[in-house]
Amino acid sequence: MTLKEIRLHGRGGQGAVTSTQVLAIAAFHDGKYSQAFPNFGVERTGAPVESYVRIDEKPVNLRQHVYDPDYVIVLDTSLIDDVDVTKGLQKNGIVIVNSDKNAAELKKKLGNFNIHSINITKIALDIIGKPFVNIASLGAFCALSKEVSLEALNKAIDELFTAKGKAAVAELNKKAAKAVAEVCK
Amino acid sequence: MTKKVEEASLAIATAVKLSRVQVCPMYPITPSTHVPEKIAEYIANGEFDATLIDVESEHSAASAFLGSVATGCRTFTATASQGLALMYEILPIISGMRFPGVMAVANRALSAPISIWNDHSDAVSTRDQGWIQLWVESSQEALDTIIQGFLISEDSKVQLPLMVNFDGFTLSHVFEPVDIPSQAEVDKFLPKFKPVFKLDVKKPMTFGPIGFPDSFMHFKKQQQNAMINALEVVKKANSSFKKSFGRSYGDGLLDLYKMTGAEYAVIGMGTLCGTAKVAIDKLRKEGKKVGLIRIRCLRPFPEKELQNAIKNLKAVAVLDRHISLGQEGPLFTDIRSAIYCNDITINSYIAGLGGMDITVSHFEKVFKDLAQGKQKGEWLF
Repeated sequence: MTLKEIRLHGRGGQGAVTSTQVLAIAAFHDGKYSQAFPNFGVERTGAPVESYVRIDEKPVNLRQHVYDPDYVIVLDTSLIDDVDVTKGLQKNGIVIVNSDKNAAELKKKLGNFNIHSINITKIALDIIGKPFVNIASLGAFCALSKEVSLEALNKAIDELFTAKGKAAVAELNKKAAKAVAEVCK
Repeated sequence: MTKKVEEASLAIATAVKLSRVQVCPMYPITPSTHVPEKIAEYIANGEFDATLIDVESEHSAASAFLGSVATGCRTFTATASQGLALMYEILPIISGMRFPGVMAVANRALSAPISIWNDHSDAVSTRDQGWIQLWVESSQEALDTIIQGFLISEDSKVQLPLMVNFDGFTLSHVFEPVDIPSQAEVDKFLPKFKPVFKLDVKKPMTFGPIGFPDSFMHFKKQQQNAMINALEVVKKANSSFKKSFGRSYGDGLLDLYKMTGAEYAVIGMGTLCGTAKVAIDKLRKEGKKVGLIRIRCLRPFPEKELQNAIKNLKAVAVLDRHISLGQEGPLFTDIRSAIYCNDITINSYIAGLGGMDITVSHFEKVFKDLAQGKQKGEWLF
């Protein structure tokens, strides 16, 4: 495996940083090296934010921002009107968008990439009862990229939430991530 | 030992706990990092038996740091940017009174314009104030260097405070795998703090009295001697750390990468060196003879080691993440001064100020400049 880079687009308050943190922990549980870091701006609720993950079989030395991602995850469909979310994306790169539109419609806007539109908000509302899509969206990443296993993702969710005494939050997020992964199959 | 994905700031807080620090005077809000936050959490949860002094400013944090070490307590604080600038008045007092202790600085730009992002201007501009300065590249090295830092700082031949510099955001907010040693392993490596001098009612002593013109300079000469002693002590801490934990960082002073057979090298500090390694790997595959000299110890400055590292090179490029306005990059000044006898081209590049990203393509450009025989560096935008 060569270095894989993931760029996650979200809005301030959606938990983009936590999402990439969980993904880095999950990759580590799969026996890989990983690195997650946010592109910090002046955080305001609702403002576009970016956070990144690198996964590799050897230690990650690279410290520059992610410019040419292999994968893009978009937590809020309205971001594609404000931000060039596919900028630098590798040819045949996978784009996962949390959206109620269909992929063909998004393709018109985003171009000829491997686009997957999933209504993650709806799944999160059904299972968690709140529109928490940051962890749930990683279910789609696991299913579509095969870079990280769902088992490792569950372990990472447990590590982050259960350790902080939030076992119920962990269970709901695991359930939502699994449901999102199943939609992608 | 456990291995987990941890944020660099939290890894530092864990290292502070493992070092059995007794007092942490800290000012917790911006421009500080998660370091004080996590330490406060450890103490509040009863996982860490230390006293947190919640001060009203960084100036007070540094002052309380001084007072705490004076009473013989192992002491730690953390800050960044303007916070370090506010401590400035106290920095030479701590070192002048020969008080050991460790401070972590998440290196960030100084205003104005307002910037919360990474560069080296905060700590590099305090380099003359008698603190040993170590600069790290990864979360693992940050954790390891805090633990080594107390050993170096408290050494009877040194007795000086020590600053562990880690890049703000570019490292402080990065999550990556870190080996976290056990308490027993750290206890074996780092003995309890035995201060050479301390405030003691049974044995009264004065610290920081007036230094009349006939004595002041002698104090400074002793400080300079202690700084020079620290060169060997930093090396020794690095090698004994390797024996205990299996990890080391070059010789402790310089960390060389692919320098065997190199004709051209870049010299820098901190995380930019990780990105340089990626560029070097790429260029080495193309047959280019390039390498990296990472300055891990800026003060004291490892002049002999540097002369040795560059002796077979044709040209070097120094990347400064700071500018001494009106002059040049301070790291460049140090390096040129150290190697002025060598017949070698040395170019100065100013890079990554206020969080501007330093990329692989920057290093490709710099190496191309050197190979083409360019005699002058530039600002890398």
